[in-house]
Amino acid sequence: MKKLVVISLITCLGIFAYSCGGNTNSGAAGGGKTDETANGNPSYDPNRGEGKFTKVEIPASVDTTLAGAGAKVFNVKCQACHKLTGEKLVGPGWKGVTSRYTPEWIMNFITNTDAMLNKDPKAQAQLEICLVRMPNQNLSDDDARAIYEFQRKNDSGK
Amino acid sequence: MKKINQLAICLIAISFLVGINACKPKNAGNTVSSDAASKTYVAPGKYDEFYNFVSGGFSGQMSVYGLPSGRLLRVIPVFSLDPEKGYGFSEETKPMLNTSHGFVPWDDLHHVQLSKTNGEYDGRWVFGNANNTPRVARIDLKTFRTQEIIELPNSSGNHSSPFITENTEYVVAGTRFSVPPDDVNGDVPINTYKKNFKGTLSFISVGKEDGKMDIAFQIQCPGFNFDLSRAGKGVSHGWFFFSCYNTEQANTLLEVNASQRDKDFIMAVNWKKAEEYLKAGKGKKQAVRYAHNVYSDKTHSATSEIKTEVIVLDSKELKDLCYFIPCPKSPHGCDVSPTGEYIVGSGKLAALIPVFGYDKMIKAIAAKDYAGDFDGIPILKYESVLYGEVKKPGLGPLHTEFDNNGNAYTSMFVSSEIVKWNIKDLKVLDRVPTYYSVGHLCVAGGDTKTPTGKYLVAYNKITKDRYLPTGPELAQSAQLYDISGDKMQLLLDFPTIGEPHYAQIVPADLISKNSLKFFKIDDNANPYVSKGEGMTKVVREGNKVHVYMTAIRSHLAPDNIEGIKMGDEVYFHITNIEQDWDVPHGFAIKGSVNAELLIMPGETQTLKWVPDRVGMFPMYCTDFCSALHQEMQGYVRVSSAGSNTPISFSLGTNIPVADSANKK
Repeated sequence: MKKLVVISLITCLGIFAYSCGGNTNSGAAGGGKTDETANGNPSYDPNRGEGKFTKVEIPASVDTTLAGAGAKVFNVKCQACHKLTGEKLVGPGWKGVTSRYTPEWIMNFITNTDAMLNKDPKAQAQLEICLVRMPNQNLSDDDARAIYEFQRKNDSGK
Repeated sequence: MKKINQLAICLIAISFLVGINACKPKNAGNTVSSDAASKTYVAPGKYDEFYNFVSGGFSGQMSVYGLPSGRLLRVIPVFSLDPEKGYGFSEETKPMLNTSHGFVPWDDLHHVQLSKTNGEYDGRWVFGNANNTPRVARIDLKTFRTQEIIELPNSSGNHSSPFITENTEYVVAGTRFSVPPDDVNGDVPINTYKKNFKGTLSFISVGKEDGKMDIAFQIQCPGFNFDLSRAGKGVSHGWFFFSCYNTEQANTLLEVNASQRDKDFIMAVNWKKAEEYLKAGKGKKQAVRYAHNVYSDKTHSATSEIKTEVIVLDSKELKDLCYFIPCPKSPHGCDVSPTGEYIVGSGKLAALIPVFGYDKMIKAIAAKDYAGDFDGIPILKYESVLYGEVKKPGLGPLHTEFDNNGNAYTSMFVSSEIVKWNIKDLKVLDRVPTYYSVGHLCVAGGDTKTPTGKYLVAYNKITKDRYLPTGPELAQSAQLYDISGDKMQLLLDFPTIGEPHYAQIVPADLISKNSLKFFKIDDNANPYVSKGEGMTKVVREGNKVHVYMTAIRSHLAPDNIEGIKMGDEVYFHITNIEQDWDVPHGFAIKGSVNAELLIMPGETQTLKWVPDRVGMFPMYCTDFCSALHQEMQGYVRVSSAGSNTPISFSLGTNIPVADSANKK
């Protein structure tokens, strides 16, 4: 019987030796830093928003040609979600929008939509109501200016 | 004694358990070094260094992976239907799969080739071949979509394709199956192969600016199997090399009957000479039928045209056009070194790899150093063209690619390994196993004038025990090797779609910088576009009803449609009026014997639907688009054929009378 013990011990050792050791986990490298968005920047101007427009000169009376160009952009890219009355569709109605926001804020919001939805208090307040992030419709600077003029014309009631 | 007995049994049991735990099946588990994981780890949100365009084999598609991570980025539908993307199902994409045989919903895509300028990848297009119903496709790398497909007359089994010249002057297509030409009666006894069957090489020109393909000419050759090909480059620019097997011209049991001769051929074609003959009017016009399909990113739709003529040059009549280089034992790959000086033949059944010298070939031609001719085409003497032989490389050499340090890498199917050898002294430097039965391989930039090196990927035919079992049918696989050091190092296994044949690896920034984000709605010239919700409508033309619809987060316009009758064909023309990246909308309707549509921003796509019963048919957006995606739905009412329900369509206004009154 002692023999059997010896044999089994040898078998054990043999298998241990044969075992492909090294189940060393090489592990994924990295880890990396977590991206944290800077919140509450004191230099942020909530009336201007964030984007390329800092000061937009607006003439006293509505430029109807420019407003006409804005209407064309509206028909293709905005009308699906916005009414010209005060009624909310997917997004808020446009009636009175030019009295609620500065031209800079509007033009920044419609050209730099994602960034403003991420940090602008007024944009975020609207998102809580509408629950659909406004799509970035890739308006050119001229499109944005024309849209503003079209909104002015809409608000002038003419 | 009993105690000792029990102890012994325990020890035996423990030893078994330890043994089982510690020893995995003897495969590559033990050949991977500990830093492999870190070399292939691409952190979340980070980009891969390379794109890897991989043929999808019998899936008919092309897949795109990131390297070194092996992450699948996209499957591009090319020659097969793709219900997920509506490819081949939408009215706009159906013409892409048209051929002289009619609509062909499937094929077998074997090889990929990136377009080149000066022998380097230029990142504009990637080409793929259809091996069954012979065609070549061009995929635009701005959109990652198939933009053009051209069918090849006089061909069957377009295998040695779509290899290209160093400035993408031509994409070639050599027939695998020789067949009687299209303009003669093919109703002949099969055993008249030698008399009636011909091989055809097609040279497809590629428009410098727009990439448009056109069959510039074909060369009629003896009836062999043309297998693979490569363009000369650098010093050998102007020549093309095709491997040929079945020079026995057998028509049955090729496994035995096409393996009789000690040497088959690599056919060298002087395509600059072919251009001269073409200019001199030596080509013969032949009546044929083949489809040419083009997709436009402006109209967002494809057109298919049947062409009826091709110009054929005769390899027998026209001297100095073609030469045969004897090559041992049914050559498969014939690959050209980065400088263009060497042509590597890989005889599937050969025990060595012959390397031919381009300059020696030119000298042998000048000296008329022939060993006879085959069907009027001179056969050069093997020894006169041979630069040298790689001795004992392994079993079953198939394909060779090159690195940036003067080395070549050959896949060995039978011995399941990659063999690295030096191009100059032909000495074997290293070998690594593959798991299992490698077919093609590719090195980053491995067929260009200046390979990137760094990584090699082996494409394996068999995976057996490599992954969790999934029943009888298993995935094929790719294996990534680090080749930056003296010894090749296995880093990663990843499964592939279909069967991967050839693939190419290209630095990512060459392509990513040009990637389109969305289609401009202003440029949309689809005849059924709705540029804005105000343009949506439903129009009846006899029994055809056209629905002009828009999709935006998160509604379809119109979403209530009535007045459809049994017997109508309804066409939903849906324009996605979003103008931002990564906002596709989908479209599906109940009971449709068709697929869905997947519509990119600014694009219009059309789904044909023939209602099969009277009733109510919901439709919805299939691609989760916003928090209110589940609300993006609508109804189509189908009435009996004789009904007088008028066509009506609306969004947000079709409200019960009582509810409308309450609102006011």
